[in-house]
Amino acid sequence: MRSAHLRAATVLGPLVVTALLAAGCSSSAATAPAGDGSIAVDAGDSTCGVAQTVIAAGRHTFTITNTASQVTEVYVYAAGDRVVGEVENVGPSTTRTLIVDLPAGDYQVACKPGMIGNGNRTALTVTGTPAPTGTADQNLQAAVDSYRAYVETEAQALLHTTTTLATTITSGDLAAARQAYPTARLHYERIEPIAESFGDLDPLIDMRIDDAGPGTPFVGFHAVEQILFQKNTLDGAAPLADALVANVGKLDALVKTVQLTPLVMGNGAKSLLDEVAKSKVTGEEERYSRIDLVDFAGNVDGAKHVFTALRPALQANNSQLPTTLDQRFTALVELLGTHQAKPGAPGFVPGSPYVSYDALTPADVKALAVEVDALSEPLGQISGAVTGR
Amino acid sequence: MTDTSSTDRAPVVPPTSEPPPALPETPRATRVSRRRMIGLIGGAAAVGGAAGAGITYAATPGASAGAASAGQAVAFFGDHQAGIATPAQDRLHFAAFDIGPAATRADLVALLTAWTNAAARMTAGLDVGTGAVAGNPAVPPDDTGEAFGLAPSRLTLTVGFGPGLFTDANGRDRFGLAAARPPQLAELPAFPGDALDPARSGGDLCIQACADDPQVAVHAIRNLARLARGTASVRYSQLGFGRTSSTSTEQATPRNLMGFKDGTANLKAEDTAALDAQVWVGAGDGPAWMSGGSYLVTRRIRMLIEPWDSTSLTEQERVIGRSKGSGGPLGASNEFDPLDLQAQDATGRPVIDAKAHVRLAHPSTNRGATLLRRGYSFVDGTDELGRLDAGLFFMAYQRDPRAQFVTIQTTLAGKFNDALNEYIQHVGSGVFACPPGVAPGGHWGQALLA
Repeated sequence: MRSAHLRAATVLGPLVVTALLAAGCSSSAATAPAGDGSIAVDAGDSTCGVAQTVIAAGRHTFTITNTASQVTEVYVYAAGDRVVGEVENVGPSTTRTLIVDLPAGDYQVACKPGMIGNGNRTALTVTGTPAPTGTADQNLQAAVDSYRAYVETEAQALLHTTTTLATTITSGDLAAARQAYPTARLHYERIEPIAESFGDLDPLIDMRIDDAGPGTPFVGFHAVEQILFQKNTLDGAAPLADALVANVGKLDALVKTVQLTPLVMGNGAKSLLDEVAKSKVTGEEERYSRIDLVDFAGNVDGAKHVFTALRPALQANNSQLPTTLDQRFTALVELLGTHQAKPGAPGFVPGSPYVSYDALTPADVKALAVEVDALSEPLGQISGAVTGR
Repeated sequence: MTDTSSTDRAPVVPPTSEPPPALPETPRATRVSRRRMIGLIGGAAAVGGAAGAGITYAATPGASAGAASAGQAVAFFGDHQAGIATPAQDRLHFAAFDIGPAATRADLVALLTAWTNAAARMTAGLDVGTGAVAGNPAVPPDDTGEAFGLAPSRLTLTVGFGPGLFTDANGRDRFGLAAARPPQLAELPAFPGDALDPARSGGDLCIQACADDPQVAVHAIRNLARLARGTASVRYSQLGFGRTSSTSTEQATPRNLMGFKDGTANLKAEDTAALDAQVWVGAGDGPAWMSGGSYLVTRRIRMLIEPWDSTSLTEQERVIGRSKGSGGPLGASNEFDPLDLQAQDATGRPVIDAKAHVRLAHPSTNRGATLLRRGYSFVDGTDELGRLDAGLFFMAYQRDPRAQFVTIQTTLAGKFNDALNEYIQHVGSGVFACPPGVAPGGHWGQALLA
């Protein structure tokens, strides 16, 4: 069991998070609990089971298993709901790892099925000598490792869900194809800046009809989208879907070779928010399916992950920036959450957790744009904070 | 004259000696400092207006007598905010802001502090923060850069607080300020003929940016809006050009988009007694934090340009009550000739029509109320019918909107009143409390939020 968890940590990459900068801290990490601190967290629909609730100060690994019926996220909060560490987008029946440096104090572990609200909470008491914090280089390396694992995981999920989309098309099931489309889009949008670093691959996957022209046929996700949602048919979709799967497969292979640095990550996060401001808030991107809020959420997820991975480095450099980013990410994610829709609700789109863009009022769109702009300013500071040392 | 509140004075009452009865007397002591303030902000005019009064000029380099010449700096710090009695600049960018749902009182103080610091720099011709190119290249520049190398251009930045800052639309006292709301800051009543667009009306905060260079004014609003992100967002903004009022005796009277001289009888910066009586909030008028401030009413007034253009000169002049050429009152020959509202022609009809704009806007028709008008023309392209989306962005400063703007607009509004209403429509509206000026080291609204 433990080895399985450790393997998961290796595959997904550790999220090392420093709770606070303890001045004059000792390096007596020997107080860590047995087994190098693998603490199981059972994130259920109405529970948040933590295997050990009194632990010694030091570095701890939480192994989070989503036993809920929907996607979940798990936070470790210090007093006042200050975020110490988090993992998001943990699918049902999957396991993720969270590594946190915890000094003595009172904490709460919050499991948030559906990734909304305050979540189900379990108190966590940490005793003993404060944990050592990583050096600047260690913090940055851990951030890069964590983000690389995220990008590779998302690329795999993209390949998997795009293959599902193609399979439903081949099998002649239009409704299933339309329902499969939003999920694949979500995974693409989370890592869009990485895909864009591979030159021609991004246009082949994500071009709009306006980008097509003589010698440049309209291909990729949006060509499939147009057939499924505007022409309301499967005719002609299969060859496009197969080509899309091939290109996504290339992307999945290439992301393993990408050179990731904190600067690339910081710029990528800003680029994701710029994408939101340019083509999601405006409803430009998903013009046939109207699932722009799925793309919106994907971009925000991707940017949030960069921030989460870089949090220890940012906390070491700039005490205000992480706080501001936490506030603005929270405000945006909560606002986005108000536009979730269940089957049967007005504006519901099968396969999408969010309402159709057409269901948004002008006031809704403006409120979203205001929060995007508000987040964009501090997000633009990340690159400086991680390179300005 | 689409301004709805022309302030042509009665011929027999010298404007500087008789404050209208509707407003309380201003304490003598504050007049001295106000006169001094004219020196701070009024440029050359102050020399004549307060000669021998021991004027102290602002410490800011370049912000001295003579600052009225285009390109120079107008002092930011002082007893009153600049941009009110300052001789009107040529260009406007006005912005109204909504405060975000999560913002706290501390956020509000932080915003006003950041705005004040940036405004003090920009009005002096400096860039925001570490500037456009001098900061860490790995982060976005503090200043957006489009005013880099441009002169101060007499930029003034004037802040105002809307009713929503004190009590929001749901009646909540979000920032613990409800008790500090001045009674003068009442929502304007609905006037007959109003066609107000909510998206172009109201606002929790406003900033008036005036400059002789439009790029300087736009730069200021753009950078202040950027600083506000996360706390407040732009609700609407309005560009304006061609000041439609002169606010100094040194300025020639401009023409508005109807082709008439506008602001002939406006309050002038040199007329300090009238400013004290009609513009600056007195010490006993209401909450102490507004003492030395002023109330701003804004109205986006659409002109129905095409019908107006196809109206005869005689009819245009009848509607306004002035000669289109000279700007003088009908029946007189020169622009500054007094308005004779009693004059009749040979047939016994009034020379100035009973519904003429100048008659109904006149102080004698409005219990002595006048306004310091500071409006600008706007042309926002054309509408979907191909007609000019043009008119007057009316802005008027006053001591009490209830006694002044509301009185005047009540006289003017409606199809049975001002003849001009056939050619104009009020499509946006706002009312703001503009606090007094800022001392070095302080921030806008400090006395309110202390």
